[in-house]
Amino acid sequence: MTTFVPRDTAPAIEGVRAKPRRRSRWISVPGIAAIIGVAALLVIAIIGPDVWIQAATERNIAERWSPAGPQHPFGTDDIGRDIFARVMVAARLSLLLTIGATAMLIIGGLAIGLTAAILPRHPRRALIWIMDMLLAFPWLLLVLFFTVIWDASAAGAMLAIGLAGIPSITRLVYNMASSVTDQDYVRAARVVGVGPLGILVRHVLPNIANPLLVQSAASASVTLLAFAGLSFLGLGVQAPEYDWGRLLNEGLGHLYTNPMAAIGPGILIVFAGLVFTLISEAVAEQPGQGLRALARATRMALLAKVPSRREPVAVSKHDDEAPLAEVKDLRIAFPDGAGGVVERVSGVDLRIAPGEVVGIVGESGSGKSLTAMAFAGLLEAPAIVTADARRFDDIDLNAKIGAADRKRLGVELGMVFQDPLTSLNPALTIGRQLTEVPEVHMGMSRSAARTRAAQALDAVGIDDSARRLKQYPHEFSGGMRQRAMIGMALTGTPKLIIADEPTTALDVTVQRQVMGVLRRAQEETGAAIVFISHDIALVSAFCDRVMVMKDGVAVEMLDAARIREDATHPYTQALIACLPDMKSDRTKPLPVIPADLAAVAVAGDAVVAQAAPGGTAPSHAESAAAAEEVKA
Amino acid sequence: MTTTRDTADRPPTTERLLQITRLQHRRSPRTDFAIRRIGRLLVSLLVVVLAAFFLIHLVPGDPVRAALGPTAPASLVESTRAELGLDKPVPQQLIDYLGGMLRGDFGTSIQSGLSVTDTIVSRFPTTLSLAALGFLLAVVAALPIGMGAALLARTGRGRTANSGVSAVLGVLIAVPDFLLSVGLIAVFSMWLGLFPPAGWGSAGNAVLPVLGLALGPMAYLARIVQVEMIKVLDSTYISTARAKRLPQRLVLLRHALPNIITATLTVGGLLLSGLVAGTVIIETVFAIPGTGSTLVSAVGTKDYPMVQGMVLVYATMVLAVNLVVDLILITIDPRTTIAEG
Repeated sequence: MTTFVPRDTAPAIEGVRAKPRRRSRWISVPGIAAIIGVAALLVIAIIGPDVWIQAATERNIAERWSPAGPQHPFGTDDIGRDIFARVMVAARLSLLLTIGATAMLIIGGLAIGLTAAILPRHPRRALIWIMDMLLAFPWLLLVLFFTVIWDASAAGAMLAIGLAGIPSITRLVYNMASSVTDQDYVRAARVVGVGPLGILVRHVLPNIANPLLVQSAASASVTLLAFAGLSFLGLGVQAPEYDWGRLLNEGLGHLYTNPMAAIGPGILIVFAGLVFTLISEAVAEQPGQGLRALARATRMALLAKVPSRREPVAVSKHDDEAPLAEVKDLRIAFPDGAGGVVERVSGVDLRIAPGEVVGIVGESGSGKSLTAMAFAGLLEAPAIVTADARRFDDIDLNAKIGAADRKRLGVELGMVFQDPLTSLNPALTIGRQLTEVPEVHMGMSRSAARTRAAQALDAVGIDDSARRLKQYPHEFSGGMRQRAMIGMALTGTPKLIIADEPTTALDVTVQRQVMGVLRRAQEETGAAIVFISHDIALVSAFCDRVMVMKDGVAVEMLDAARIREDATHPYTQALIACLPDMKSDRTKPLPVIPADLAAVAVAGDAVVAQAAPGGTAPSHAESAAAAEEVKA
Repeated sequence: MTTTRDTADRPPTTERLLQITRLQHRRSPRTDFAIRRIGRLLVSLLVVVLAAFFLIHLVPGDPVRAALGPTAPASLVESTRAELGLDKPVPQQLIDYLGGMLRGDFGTSIQSGLSVTDTIVSRFPTTLSLAALGFLLAVVAALPIGMGAALLARTGRGRTANSGVSAVLGVLIAVPDFLLSVGLIAVFSMWLGLFPPAGWGSAGNAVLPVLGLALGPMAYLARIVQVEMIKVLDSTYISTARAKRLPQRLVLLRHALPNIITATLTVGGLLLSGLVAGTVIIETVFAIPGTGSTLVSAVGTKDYPMVQGMVLVYATMVLAVNLVVDLILITIDPRTTIAEG
């Protein structure tokens, strides 16, 4: 048992949290590197030809093909010219060609993509079909094709590379533009009479500008390498002009005598390509990556060592019975993305008796689903879970779980998730997914497991189970998928089923069916159920006891049958007051939970919250301050 | 056991009616999909053939003069033009071209006088084996590397190992294939003397070209696998598999892998056809006598009939890769047909 620590040490944990900061995307590792890289390339391209032109053109037959040395960092070429100087001079042409071709493919792609987005259906389809067909061919083949037409020259290569890049940009612009034009606010704009051009300028362009910028920088990197490759093949820039690719080509023949003649231009090609890639990454940079991840890891380690601070408060009426599962002083925290951690569940106690149906009710973000996942031992990094005790039957979930206990958990503890559209594996048949528990954990043969799976489908009211087992989840409707999920729990011998908002994603009639199936499963197997919902009416009708959660704290544990009479916490009372019944006055709007109550501080348990309504617990004061800061 | 059951959860929506119609359809949706895809391939092939044919007509000026050079005598230019049939009206030329193709005759090189068909027959196997080996290496290596990197990134353990892998992948993506090949030659042929720097025929000859061809696409593919793997590991169906307490091996191989392969192939399909095009550069760097090096030299010498033949070879290879990727997709992912239709 932990020692008692006064409640006012709670700020220690909250103090770890860093205030959210808004930083420019350029002040990041890729951002700074990109700025330095661009500056270096610009300097070389602008002053390069003036500074090094002498050394780059001066012939010195006596020193032909001399290897790299202090005098010639990259050696000399076939008529004794300094290769380093030539690489520096070539920067301007290489970059100009790159920028020219990139501008061509971006402007071309933007024009065609946007045109396609506002064209009527048939011409649009034809245009996109042509672009898709071109897109199927790698750029190199298109470039070679166009090179044949325009001849192997710098201008020809620029045209060829620019044209070859248009289809992919067109597709990108078209995809982004049509996803914007499908948005409701654009539809609304169209309804009030904004024309296609107005939509493009006012709605589409601002929304696609940033991804397009990212793509432009990325395309520039590809274009640069394409030029280098083409000149390297002898099909781009022709002598006496030279770019990096041409120098690489000339150096390759002398790889044995002077490797630097080829590696030198290669280094510049890779460097410039990298700079363009960095620009694109800096523009696309998401917060919370890089160095900040390290700070976060340190803080997480710190938090894991923070001891529990509270005596567990027993709220169960079933204290005398041996519980089937229980958790004491459960705390769950997450990194907040800015280097700190946020505690999302604080000190929840829950005991489930065998066969008991317990509801957890609360609004979104109250921590009810997290509590359930932690209860089942399914939360993983980055979540940080601590509890004084976490037990299922005689299995300690706080300790490392052995192989035998894993099997028991798989067989005896079933989970049903909120969204049946995503909780079944789309790539596997229903049969495959329902035979796993019997096969893997119960040692059944393939055919025995199939029989059991078919029985489970029968039990949840899915007809024609033999055929249904061969189908994939997408061939099931939403309600059937959820029943199949419940059936999955029944393929074992469940002692506890945790149902995490199993009906929220379904419409009302299907909801009733699923609840019926769950009720039958409970009656036939005698399993306990933890039922999570935001619907207090549903929960109080279905469950024996109800735990009300708010802001990560269990505010109240009530007998479901007497929920209206027993509710003492203002939040619970407010929730109940919102429920309409036959006596409600239908001329008046339903009551609204007042804002000061919604923001009420619940730093400890229900008693504290009641004693200090609108209190000033540090966590909320701080998040309010943080919210102010973001607004400002 | 109760007997009250409903097969339909909701009134038949349009979507549902469509689904029912689809189920009653005589052919399976997969066959339908495959037939549509092959139809699309044939249309694309026709377009490619037309593009190859018109290539010579798109060249500004006189293509025969351009091919033979400004010093060639006028009589030679005229006789070559007649040999190529370029003096006939364009529709007649097209008919002759298509007729020749059906007989397996792709024309004659302007420069060497060799039959284009013979050149393809003798050089294509080399290119095909190079591309196949590269393809195999890229796919086989990318899956474990990408999945491993995702697991490292997710668990937070092995942070150093993960950033090491990411750095290596990043470099391999950033370095273009021709530079990578030059580097491979410098290190493994000149410095270590392990493999020959050029040529084709023995197993040792194949090592460096295959690496040069496959490492870039492999790294890119591994990145995609990593991103997809992280996405898949965060999905609810993996939570379902974990809730069943399946062994890690089953969670990864049975539940995660099929979902990664479909997403990876969808995104990576273009990459793999890019790998086919990469043989053009690799063959030139390593002096491998395949269709790629032939294409490059034909473009350089303006040998139009040879270019036409090689363009057809490459376009067909690319279309074939795309088709194979699509067919693999519908075999392993039952949703493809629905999503596409």
